[in-house]
Amino acid sequence: MHPASLSQPAGLVRAGPKAPQFDATADAARRKIWRLARRIALPAAILIAWQAVTAAQWVSSASLPSPLAVAAAWWEWIFGPRQALAWYSGTWGLYLLMSLERVAAGFAIAAAAGVSLGVLIGWYAVVEDLFDGTINFLRAVPMTAWVPFAVFLFGIHESAAIFLIAFGSFFPIVVNVAAGARQTPRILIRAARMLGTPPRRLLLRVVLPAALPSIFTGLRVGLGLAWVLVIVAEMLAVQGGLGYALWSAYQFSRLDLILAAIVSVGGLGLASDRLISLLARRILRWQTGSMGQ
Amino acid sequence: MSNQAPFIAFRNVYKSFRDAREGRLVHALDNISLEIERGAFVTVIGPSGCGKTTLLNLLAGFERPSSGEVLLEGEAIERPGADRGVVFQEYALFPWLTLRQNVEYGPRERGIPASLVREITDRTLAMVKLAGAENRYPHELSGGMRQRAAIARVLVNDPKILLMDEPFAALDAQTRARLQQEVARVWMETRKTVFFVTHSVEEAVLLADRVIAMTALPGRLKADVEIKLPRPRDPTSPSFNDHRRELENLLRDEIIIGAATGNA
Repeated sequence: MHPASLSQPAGLVRAGPKAPQFDATADAARRKIWRLARRIALPAAILIAWQAVTAAQWVSSASLPSPLAVAAAWWEWIFGPRQALAWYSGTWGLYLLMSLERVAAGFAIAAAAGVSLGVLIGWYAVVEDLFDGTINFLRAVPMTAWVPFAVFLFGIHESAAIFLIAFGSFFPIVVNVAAGARQTPRILIRAARMLGTPPRRLLLRVVLPAALPSIFTGLRVGLGLAWVLVIVAEMLAVQGGLGYALWSAYQFSRLDLILAAIVSVGGLGLASDRLISLLARRILRWQTGSMGQ
Repeated sequence: MSNQAPFIAFRNVYKSFRDAREGRLVHALDNISLEIERGAFVTVIGPSGCGKTTLLNLLAGFERPSSGEVLLEGEAIERPGADRGVVFQEYALFPWLTLRQNVEYGPRERGIPASLVREITDRTLAMVKLAGAENRYPHELSGGMRQRAAIARVLVNDPKILLMDEPFAALDAQTRARLQQEVARVWMETRKTVFFVTHSVEEAVLLADRVIAMTALPGRLKADVEIKLPRPRDPTSPSFNDHRRELENLLRDEIIIGAATGNA
């Protein structure tokens, strides 16, 4: 960590004892700034190129609006006055909340069901035999294929969207959790038994904590899928929400709003993924290599 | 009745199991009869894969004999229990618990009140010289500290017997030597029966009152040697070396036999 102390014997360092330390912190700060610069370089380049291409009129503003035009449309979508006729003006916050609520409800159901059933499948051979085949079959059906079924069953209603999200994100969760529970090291089971844990409590004491890394992997994949499905559901099955806005923008040929909606959804997905990996890093502090990032 | 029964008894124990990879039947133990008195420090040596760990697993209750019986104070051992603490070579600490939580695990599972758990945990951590590292997770501890923790978490349960399965095989020589001393000291302090599996003759002679040597598969008892050297023992003394030579000669035959039959 201290380059000076590693690369040369202490006796050869001429400067006072504080000098190398000062250098080290300045160096670290410089490296941090460079790292940040590298990280924002690509998005910045895309924005600049996009602006340049549209400003130079290489493509018509009808087929590709400039970033500034998108920003202006977005501004109106967020802060514009609510009007009876304009479907988008001032509705962004409301739609965002609607999508968020649907994802939260559907994902919560999927997480609760997926984690509990997954642990049981991974631990009890009977449960595995009962569910494994069915789960693998249903998992092979693309989730979008369930949209007509969901609408038929629930109608154009909240529950159709929540069903789709919960059902879809359930599978990656249950599969990952089951795999994690199945891989519980036998030696830890033995250790718990010889320390006085009765067989019926092993699930809670050993299998569940041992599966935690896989649980978080499953939750992360499941949450990503929940965002996919909320957009699909809102485009096809329910009213309101970012997916609904996306589809409406398409029908009104508003590419600027389509792009604003895409960036909104991307930002939300990224934020929720960060949240879950932050949570994982806290809970999985005991792991040698922490997951997440 | 149980006052007359030996502390531990193996009676005509056979154990065979199917090898997971090759699918052939392995005869791990062949007609083992053995008694161990309370408070003894017994080490078991033998060529690798000779069934000495199977012997330990039967005592732990992790496995059941194919025939014959394994008795603790006259009662058949049927399942694992906190009265038989196992120390594994791979430590097997719960990685999601801190050192203190690992040690407290057993007493808590047995429903001991929290204040008492704290007290006995503190005492046990001090005994294995781990006080001060309580809040670290296993992956933050050195191998030697992990094995101390593994010893602490079974000692805290106040077991009738300590079952140690090559506990120091993965440690470097210095750490191993220190832990051997510690185990000898803990045994002198607590006078708990210790059943210690090792492949090191020196370790066996250094620690034990009694060394049991096993044959290559199928595992039988080859020799049962009492070690009466005064403690602490000096591995460089002539009498230590006499024991060592005797046991090494016994084992050398077995390793040659084992190699010839493909079991070494």
